[in-house]
Amino acid sequence: MKDQFVVPARLKTTSFVLVGIGLLTLLIGIFALGGEHGPTRFWAGLLQNSTFFLMVVLASTFFICVTTLAHGGWQMAFRRVPEAISMTVPVLSVIVLVVLGFLIFGNKGHIYHWLHPEGDRILEFKSPFLNAGFISTMTVITLALWSILTIKLRRMSLAEDKMLLDHESRKALIWKGTVWCGLFAVVYALSMGSTTPWIWLMSIDAHWFSTMYSWYTFASTWVSGLSLIALFVIYLKSKGYLEMVNEEHLHDLGKFMFAFSVFWTYLWFSQYMLIWYANMPEETIYYKPRVWGEFRPVFFLNLIINFICPLLILMKRNSKRNYTLVAFMGGLIIFGHWLDFFQMVMPATVKHLYFPWYELGLGLGFVGLIIYLTAQQLAKAPLTAKNHPYLKESIIHHT
Amino acid sequence: MAVKKFVVGSFDDEAVLFPAVKKVRQAGYKIHDVYTPFPIHGLDHAMGLRETSLHTAGFIYGITGTTTALSFMGWVFTTDWPMNIGGKPHFPLPAFIPITFELTVLFSAVGMVMTFMYLCQMAPFVKKHIFHPRQTDDLFVMAIELSDKTSAEEVKGFLSSVGAKEINEQTAEAGWWLGRFDKEDKVFAK
Repeated sequence: MKDQFVVPARLKTTSFVLVGIGLLTLLIGIFALGGEHGPTRFWAGLLQNSTFFLMVVLASTFFICVTTLAHGGWQMAFRRVPEAISMTVPVLSVIVLVVLGFLIFGNKGHIYHWLHPEGDRILEFKSPFLNAGFISTMTVITLALWSILTIKLRRMSLAEDKMLLDHESRKALIWKGTVWCGLFAVVYALSMGSTTPWIWLMSIDAHWFSTMYSWYTFASTWVSGLSLIALFVIYLKSKGYLEMVNEEHLHDLGKFMFAFSVFWTYLWFSQYMLIWYANMPEETIYYKPRVWGEFRPVFFLNLIINFICPLLILMKRNSKRNYTLVAFMGGLIIFGHWLDFFQMVMPATVKHLYFPWYELGLGLGFVGLIIYLTAQQLAKAPLTAKNHPYLKESIIHHT
Repeated sequence: MAVKKFVVGSFDDEAVLFPAVKKVRQAGYKIHDVYTPFPIHGLDHAMGLRETSLHTAGFIYGITGTTTALSFMGWVFTTDWPMNIGGKPHFPLPAFIPITFELTVLFSAVGMVMTFMYLCQMAPFVKKHIFHPRQTDDLFVMAIELSDKTSAEEVKGFLSSVGAKEINEQTAEAGWWLGRFDKEDKVFAK
């Protein structure tokens, strides 16, 4: 059985080329974006891409967490894949930390106007929460907890491979996993499920707020994270690894992608409809540039890619069991939610819709980085957690 | 429906049932149905049943619900009885979405339950022949339909060779009927 992943030279080259494109775009961005909206666009693109891709890879940790807490067995055949993706979290955390450091302490690009609340009654009122010290402390704590817990979960999984196979130590393994995953679930709920999207993204529109925002961001990144897991699983499968993974596992991943696309739409609509119905100027201001302004095409393209396409294409059973189609939808969904983040960040910062060469280039750079780091991590350990008690359940999995 | 002749074999083990189903199909006998006390994964494939089209029916019911909701509300609020509600347009799509969603779910759910009942031949007061009283308890019961060319003795012999524990021959109504078990079905008549 091919259980030890060797990074193919072609994958390595691809990831280096993608990272190269990202770095080149960054370099061009430094020189080319010097115009009227230049520095703002430069930093807004970095903010959009770094937060989006960090949250997407963090979804892998959350995937491990929820499946462990639910005592799920079906994912054991490919659980090393989300583990490997999740090990990208510490690296991307550092990037986000650097970007936010420049934005908050360097006041680059004037993205967070709550940094200067003087004379603005709303911002002065919110300043106990929206101030540089509090926000940066929250950010550092959040990123540290995410990274530490991710590494802990990965180390625990790797320790299994050298474990004794008796009944007691297996029971202890399940219990230990439950405790640490429970801890991560609480941290994730309090950060990704509420505060983190507020302080990083919602505070761009500091006057405006929405109670749906964090859930909406979570749904967006969670469905992208699931798509990313599916993409890596399909890639490994196409290279002849992960022999125990078959259409049954792919079907369940496809169901996840389908279901959470619909979940995302539910939150997208709930946020929109309540604001539309109440029709209060301080709330509708958020949708002014998005629905009736320059970003109208992006806003509706977002809905088509992230709702209509998954709904119609992934609805059929056979399409969820088709490797090519799930891979295509995985790529489409990740791009769609990247676009979602684009329309969350850009209308309030850059204010005009340009062709997003800069943002796309950076995005490709992040994709390359994720591919490279994940491949490195996959090669570090066997692809099957052979000592886990639930492995058999995954091998005989049947939907 | 029609009254037909069956040879009924009961199995007490799932592990015996699967190969038996396979062998019976290979031998070319027509399996009327297999009754099990609990759902068994993969039995439908072993029996060679085609994929259900229930979900296609569900999709059609769903879009019927969507169309009904949108067209009815649209007609009411633009043509039949236009009202000004909070200054919103007469066809306020976002406000219609929750109701459209509910009607989609309602139509597809009710429609699929009805279709399922029809396909499985189940309804209130409607009866189906029970081949073995323990088929809902602890036995896996396979009913083989006899044609003009198959003899009962041959099928019985074959069933016992593939591991059936209890084998008998029954003449029974193959479909559903409206009536009473105690008067019309021989299993309970005695």
